[in-house]
Amino acid sequence: MEISSFVLFWAAIFTSNILLTNFLGMCSYLSVSKEIESSFGLGVAVAFVLTITSGLNWIVYHLILVPLGLVYLQFIVFIIVIAAFVQLLELLVERYTPALYYTLGIFLPLITVNCAIFGVSLFMVIRDYSFVQSMAFGAGSGIGWLLAILMLAGIRAKLKERLVPIGLQGAGISLIITGIMALAFIGFSGIVNVQ
Amino acid sequence: MNKKDIFLVSAFRENSVWKQILGICSSLAVTNLMMNSLIMGLGVIFALALSNMTISLIRSYTPRSIRMMVQTLIIASYVIIVDIFLKANLPVVSKQLGPYVGLIITNCILMGRAEAFAAKNTPIDSFIDGIGAGVGYTLVLLAISFVRELFGFGTLFGFGIFGAWWTKWSIMVMAPSAFFILAMLIWIINNRYYKMKG
Repeated sequence: MEISSFVLFWAAIFTSNILLTNFLGMCSYLSVSKEIESSFGLGVAVAFVLTITSGLNWIVYHLILVPLGLVYLQFIVFIIVIAAFVQLLELLVERYTPALYYTLGIFLPLITVNCAIFGVSLFMVIRDYSFVQSMAFGAGSGIGWLLAILMLAGIRAKLKERLVPIGLQGAGISLIITGIMALAFIGFSGIVNVQ
Repeated sequence: MNKKDIFLVSAFRENSVWKQILGICSSLAVTNLMMNSLIMGLGVIFALALSNMTISLIRSYTPRSIRMMVQTLIIASYVIIVDIFLKANLPVVSKQLGPYVGLIITNCILMGRAEAFAAKNTPIDSFIDGIGAGVGYTLVLLAISFVRELFGFGTLFGFGIFGAWWTKWSIMVMAPSAFFILAMLIWIINNRYYKMKG
């Protein structure tokens, strides 16, 4: 695939946003978005882990799994790489920057089961990205996810004092807001097209 | 609780999608065609029932501290089987589902049932619970894809329902409609629930 990494980065944020067009990372998106501050913390953590793990998984896939003919093990290996990296990051952050640990640390375990991280690694394999493309796609997807959860958290904060029909409270209204956000993001789709 | 109750509770009363808002990612992504939803649902039922049973079988030998990792690996093994089976037998569908088959691993429903049910109950009960939760998930998928495929393509399972006069609603094929339809579904079910409760 011959798309420049720069284009891929912007496309991952706007035209094929990981959450709004590919529906990845919905679980933590719906449950954490009640507060802006924790949404920001989780979003930053996701963006960071996504960027690094998509690079790591590219290395593991192309330098270990493909030469050994173990491609069918990719799901297990990707999950282990992600879990191990998150665990390592948690240890390092706790050891060297305790202040950061108190703000971001609680979100790290949530990240292992965030489907956005795993999904980006799978997209990278299916679309046959190069190493630099994978990193750019990972970083763009992470920032796109951060953007989406921040927008939802902002809107939900405004919505707190409003009357919402009882059956729609919580997940229902969040899904409708997300749908409207997704509609708005379709407006970007003419700029670049990345499948 | 007898076997039938276990099935009914996990399929309807405690349905993972509309009651606990789990497993939303894949239920939105694969629902543009009913066929894809059905195959995705069957894959989830298979992986969920068998992983639940396996986790329950070894539940007393698994150290508590590493049980999450063990559960993930068991789930991943069954998902690999589903993926290989689809690639070999249904290559077209497998291509359309793309990464979402692999994403069954991070589908919160599987982890949720493993923690909430299989870690505490017998293998047979866990198996039935897995089938129940899987069927509940499949029904939601089929409900969403029914609306999306009917209005977006004018077909159901690929068979033409509306004739050539039908103007396809392109929004139904795109992402936002999935969010709206799931929200409506949750709204309707919640309202019924509150009415029943009085």
